[in-house]
Amino acid sequence: MARKVTQTRKRVVTVLAWSIGFLIFFPILWTVLMSFKSEGDAIKGPIDMLMAPWTLESYGEVQHRSNYGLHFWNSVIISLGSTLLALIIAIPAAWAMAFVPGKRTKDLLMWMLSTKMMPSVGVLIPMYLMFRDFGLLDTRTGLVAVLTLINLPIVVWMLYTYFKEIPGEILEAARMDGAGLRSEILYVLTPMAVPGIASTMLLNVILAWNEAFWTLQLTTSSAAPLTQFIASYSSPEGLFYAKLSAASTMAIAPILIMGWFSQKQLVRGLTFGAVK
Amino acid sequence: MGKITLRNVTKKFGDVAVIPSLDLDIEDGEFVVFVGPSGCGKSTLLRLIAGLEDTSGGVISIDGTDATDTPPAKRGLAMVFQSYALYPHMSVRKNIAFPLKMAGLAPSEIERKVDAAAKVLNLTSYLDRKPGQLSGGQRQRVAIGRAIVREPKAFLFDEPLSNLDAALRGNMRLEITELHQTLKTTMIYVTHDQVEAMTMADKIVVLQAGNIEQVGSPLDLYHKPANIFVAGFIGSPRMNLIEGADATSLGAKTIGVRPEHIDISMDRGTWTGRVSVTEHLGSDTFLHVSVDGIGSMTVRGGGDIAARHGDTVYLTPQADKTHRFGPDGRAL
Repeated sequence: MARKVTQTRKRVVTVLAWSIGFLIFFPILWTVLMSFKSEGDAIKGPIDMLMAPWTLESYGEVQHRSNYGLHFWNSVIISLGSTLLALIIAIPAAWAMAFVPGKRTKDLLMWMLSTKMMPSVGVLIPMYLMFRDFGLLDTRTGLVAVLTLINLPIVVWMLYTYFKEIPGEILEAARMDGAGLRSEILYVLTPMAVPGIASTMLLNVILAWNEAFWTLQLTTSSAAPLTQFIASYSSPEGLFYAKLSAASTMAIAPILIMGWFSQKQLVRGLTFGAVK
Repeated sequence: MGKITLRNVTKKFGDVAVIPSLDLDIEDGEFVVFVGPSGCGKSTLLRLIAGLEDTSGGVISIDGTDATDTPPAKRGLAMVFQSYALYPHMSVRKNIAFPLKMAGLAPSEIERKVDAAAKVLNLTSYLDRKPGQLSGGQRQRVAIGRAIVREPKAFLFDEPLSNLDAALRGNMRLEITELHQTLKTTMIYVTHDQVEAMTMADKIVVLQAGNIEQVGSPLDLYHKPANIFVAGFIGSPRMNLIEGADATSLGAKTIGVRPEHIDISMDRGTWTGRVSVTEHLGSDTFLHVSVDGIGSMTVRGGGDIAARHGDTVYLTPQADKTHRFGPDGRAL
C-alpha cells in the first residue's frame, strides 16, 4: 500500500516537473518555431501560425542583411577572453582566501559580492565616458575588460567555495610527503579542483555570452557580439518577428549546444558540496 | 635515526599561549604517546614537530640538527592524519607512491617499495582502487603505507584511530604496535584515549593546558602519578580522590585510591556505603557506591559479585596502594 502511494506521488511529481520545464522552455521553442515562418504568417494567431508553411526565408534575409560571422566571432572572443582573464585573476585570489585566510577575508568577499548588488545603469555614464576617453568604445578589448570585471566577483566566490571543500589536511599530507609548493599545486590541489574550475568556467562563458546591458551600450558594429545582432532586428516600427526570431535562434544556438553537452558538468559543479 | 629534542618551545595563537614553554626529549626508536584532554595542546605540539605550524619561540632539533625553520617537506618525518588525508583522485598505488615520487626515486624502485609496503599492510588486492572505494580500516592502512614507504626518521600519528569502530580500533592498535616492533623507528602518537596510551607507549607524555604534567612509562604513571591530574587521567575507571578527615589522618590534603585497590566486604570495613549502580562486565564488576561522609566512589570487584542497588557494602582501601597528595596537588 505504502509503495503504491509512493508510485502515484512519483508520477504526479514527474508530470509536474516536466510541465514546469516545458513552461520555462516554451518561449525558446516558440521563437524557434516562429523563425521558420514568413513575416506575414508570424504575426497571425498561434494556430494559424503553426499551420502556415515552413520557410527558411527569414534566415536568408538575416544572413543577407547582417554579418553573423563577425558577431559570432565577437561573442566567442569576448566570452572566452573575459572568462580566461577572470580565471587567471580569480584562481590565485580564491586560493589565498580559502587556504590562507586573513582577518578580513570574509569582509572582502562580501564587499566583492556587494558590487553585484548595484544596478549596472548606475555607473553607465562614468563607464561610457571612461571608454570614450580611453578609446575603448566598440572594441573587443574594452568589452573583455568590462565583462571580466563584472563577472570577477562571481568567479572568485565560486572558486572560493570549491576550494573551501578541499580539506586542508590533504594539502598538509602532501607537504609531509615531501611536496614543495609547486608539486602540491600541480599534483594535489589542481586535480582535486578541476571539476570546480571547469563548472565556473562554463557558467561564466554563459553569463558573458548572454550579457546584454554593457555589450549593447558600449558597442555599435565592429566589436558588437550576438546580443547587438539580435537587438538590431528589434525595431519600434514595422514587423520583424520572424527575422527577430531567426536572429535570436542563431544567437542562442551555440551556447545552447554547449550547455547541452556540458550539462552534466554544470549540474555537478553547481551542486558541488551541497551533498557530501 | 630519529632523536627529537624540544627546548623552550612555545606556541601562541594571537594572545593565547597554547604551549607556554616546553622541554622534551624523544629518543631514537621510542614509541612516545602524547595524551591529555581535548584542547591540551597535544595536536598542536605534534604539528609543531611536523613543521605544519610555526613555533613562537624555542628550538626543535631532529637528530641534533636545528629544524625549527625547516619546512615540513624537508624534515624527513611522515604523518598519519585523523581524517587519513588520502589523495582522493589517486589510486591506492599512487597514494603510497606519492612520497617516493616526490623524493625522485626511479619508477622501478617505487614499484618495488610500494609492493612491499602493500604486502606488509595486506593492501595488495586493493592497489588499483581509489580511496573512496575502501573501508575506514583500509584507508587507515593506506595512510600508514604512505608513511612507511619513505622510511622516515620518525612517524607522527594524530589520533589515527578515532574514526574507527571499537573492534577495528583494537586491531589497528595491535598492528601499529607490531609495526613499531618491526621497524624500530621513532613514533610519536597523539591520542585522548588513555587505553591507547597505556597499551602502546614506551613513554607517555601527559599534557594539560600546554604543560607537561608528567613523562614516564605507562606503569610509572599508573603506580606513581606525579600529581592529582595525572592520577585522575591515567587509569580506567578514574581514581577515587578523597578529601577531608580521611586525607588529613594520612597527612595529606587529598588521597587517591584506584577502584581496583579497594577491598569490598559485606560485613565490615573502613567506609560504609550503599550501592547505587552496578556495572557487570563479565570479568569485572564496577560498583558505584555512595559512601557516608565522602560521596560517590567507584570500586572494582570480581565478575560474580552479588551486590545490588541499595545494598550496604563496606569498603577498605589498600594502604600500600593509597596515593597521597599535598595542597598543591603534587604527590607526597
